Amino acid sequence: MDLNFTKADQEFRNEVREFIAENFSSENNSGQNIEKYHEVTSDEMKEGILSWHKTLYKKGWIAPHWPVEYGGVDWSITQRYIWDQECANAGTTPLIPFGLTMLGPVIIAFGNDHQKDWVLKGILSGDDWWCQGYSEPGAGSDLASLRTKAERDGDHYVVNGHKIWTTLAQYADWMFCLVRTSNEGKPQEGISFLLIDMNTPGIEVKPIITVDGGHEVNEVFLEDVRVPVENLVGEENMGWTIAKFLLGNERTGIAGVARSKKAIDRLKDIANSELNNGEPLMKDSSFNKKITELEVDLTALEYTELRTLAKESQGQGPGVESSILKIKGTEIQQKISELTLEAIGNYASPYITPLSVRNFGSNYLEVGPEHTQGVAQNYFGMRKTSIYGGSNEIQRNIIAKMVLGL
Amino acid sequence: MDFSFSEEQTLLRNTIQSFIQDNYDFDKRREIIQSEEGMSKDNWKQLAELGLLGVPFSENDGGLEFGSVETMIVAEEFGKGLVVEPYIQTVVTCGGFLRRASEAQRQEYLPSLISGDEIWAFAYAEPQGRFNLADIKVSASNNGDEYTLNGDKCVVSAAPWAQKLIVSARTSGDQSDKEGISLFIVEKATDGVSTRDYKTVDGSMASEVSFENVKLNSSSLIGEEGKAYPLIELVADETIAALCAEAIGAMSVLNDTTVEYCKTRKQFGQPIGKFQVLQHRMVDMFMQYEQSVSMTYMVNLKLEEEDVERSKAASGAKVQICNAAKFIGQSAVQLHGGMGMTDELNVGHYFKRLSMIETQLGNADHHLKKYSLAS
Repeated sequence: MDLNFTKADQEFRNEVREFIAENFSSENNSGQNIEKYHEVTSDEMKEGILSWHKTLYKKGWIAPHWPVEYGGVDWSITQRYIWDQECANAGTTPLIPFGLTMLGPVIIAFGNDHQKDWVLKGILSGDDWWCQGYSEPGAGSDLASLRTKAERDGDHYVVNGHKIWTTLAQYADWMFCLVRTSNEGKPQEGISFLLIDMNTPGIEVKPIITVDGGHEVNEVFLEDVRVPVENLVGEENMGWTIAKFLLGNERTGIAGVARSKKAIDRLKDIANSELNNGEPLMKDSSFNKKITELEVDLTALEYTELRTLAKESQGQGPGVESSILKIKGTEIQQKISELTLEAIGNYASPYITPLSVRNFGSNYLEVGPEHTQGVAQNYFGMRKTSIYGGSNEIQRNIIAKMVLGL
Repeated sequence: MDFSFSEEQTLLRNTIQSFIQDNYDFDKRREIIQSEEGMSKDNWKQLAELGLLGVPFSENDGGLEFGSVETMIVAEEFGKGLVVEPYIQTVVTCGGFLRRASEAQRQEYLPSLISGDEIWAFAYAEPQGRFNLADIKVSASNNGDEYTLNGDKCVVSAAPWAQKLIVSARTSGDQSDKEGISLFIVEKATDGVSTRDYKTVDGSMASEVSFENVKLNSSSLIGEEGKAYPLIELVADETIAALCAEAIGAMSVLNDTTVEYCKTRKQFGQPIGKFQVLQHRMVDMFMQYEQSVSMTYMVNLKLEEEDVERSKAASGAKVQICNAAKFIGQSAVQLHGGMGMTDELNVGHYFKRLSMIETQLGNADHHLKKYSLAS
């Protein structure tokens, strides 16, 4: 056991810091920039989100957590930790997780050689944007009750059904999708994992506008969508095993420790510039205490994540530990957004959303100090984190059952 | 001791309920808040015709001469309907100042307020002031028979719709002295007043308001020069009492909607309301609501008490309401799952309104401190 960084680790930190400084500019971070948001087209938006991805791809650093033979990087967990920290500190564009974090490891573990070739290539290069076809209107927490049906017709499956909460499906080229291929036995036993080209006839993507005024999630309707049999991953009816494997990976990424640290720094900056009875709010004992408690909580999560990663690097996991990371990670993210909203006082109120900017024009930009922009949207938007990826209630059930044996 | 409502009060409640039923379903509200205007002038006229804009004013001034319990009933029902028309801003807050203004001012301003022809907004907050009502930089210098107003007010709720503003300004003293604060009636169309209007999180509207050498006749001063702070505190407490009532209205809808949803939404072969972990969450929401109703009644019944007692009641109630608003709002979204996150369902809209009530006129931290200092 050792908490110190070696000299090599320090050198690594300098190297990545330099690389980020030279190659990332917040200019191409258009997905984060509301002023640009209403000016850019959907294609430009997608390009903006992908530009950092492509930079990393060129450098060979796009998938540090993949095995080297599939395009990963041979980094120790300490190096991966340093990398995450440096990216968060520089505020780099978050990478879209559907291909890199979710599908990639699935294909590596369950895919055939042909799939390993084309799917992984498209994920690494960023040429294929993937979305996740899991939830359905009647199948949320109870995912196994899903009803989207795939019936075999010669060399194709014919897919009919309705997916919901499909994040960024509006940009997606492909969807990995859970479908029902059998009604025999337990619901879990009749599910298969299909790769569906979003350009196939019969697919309709409908936007869902959320309380923060954004368009991130969608409904996807599938009507007689013909999917070649070769796009089945693993065996027919073994989709549930794959789905569980994937959700484990999704939950690991969800902790977001490095970005939460950065968000707490930002919160402190805000609390130092906001005044409360003529003094910085940061000096207010009750507000200060809340931030400090949050910071301690985050430190605990940081070391829990490091312990999980260490186990993983020895070939164990990710196991049920990932449920702890999901619960604590999202609770902390939500609390940060809550305290940030609290910090800005009266300026919680002005509401500038991409939609209101589109509808009402530039008059709706920049009310109040810059640090108040988007804070309310973020608070409302963050409420989704304890719902998605398996709600936090479900995560607690998993721990109760799998860890405590209850 | 009696917590029941009189027949007249129940009648008042019924009147408002049917107004909301007829004019304020979710789709109509959506139309209103997405319009350029952001509120409905027709609804405002109807509220005037129902006499509701005259609730707190004396019969002599053309009002109904009702008390705080009636205002509470109106605000609670508006909270259930998520009404965006600026009732509290105009009638409770600005009306609170005006009904204590001079005879001449009451005669000049109240008729057009009660008839619904003019909307009023109270400009008190400043960027550096946070929730401290005495932290005022906006200055009004006295030059004989007129004042000159300079400075900036922020997040002035309902100002985009208002013809008249009531502005707190410093006529003497240092930046956060309680002495030396005065209140002025300002015609929004006066030279030197500029506004920057915008939508707010909860579907309402507000403005940043700047005053540049705005000339005010001395007749626009409410009360005595430099002595306005106690009146501001009083009216702020009355406004808090009404906001609490609005909040319990919104909470009751969220609680009912959530329980109903959990009874019908099925997962794992049964209604999710059968899961104990969700039952307990809903029980906590219910208890938070009941505690909030109690505090709302308490503060509304104590508005006539002397300053310290009244102020403690208002701060105590606001603390309870802030905590409950957060818990109930967040829980309602959580229990609705993804649906709770959509703009299409009313849940998120109630959550947003409740979140703004948390901040308005001071959050839980602010009022905890105020309560503790008053004890």
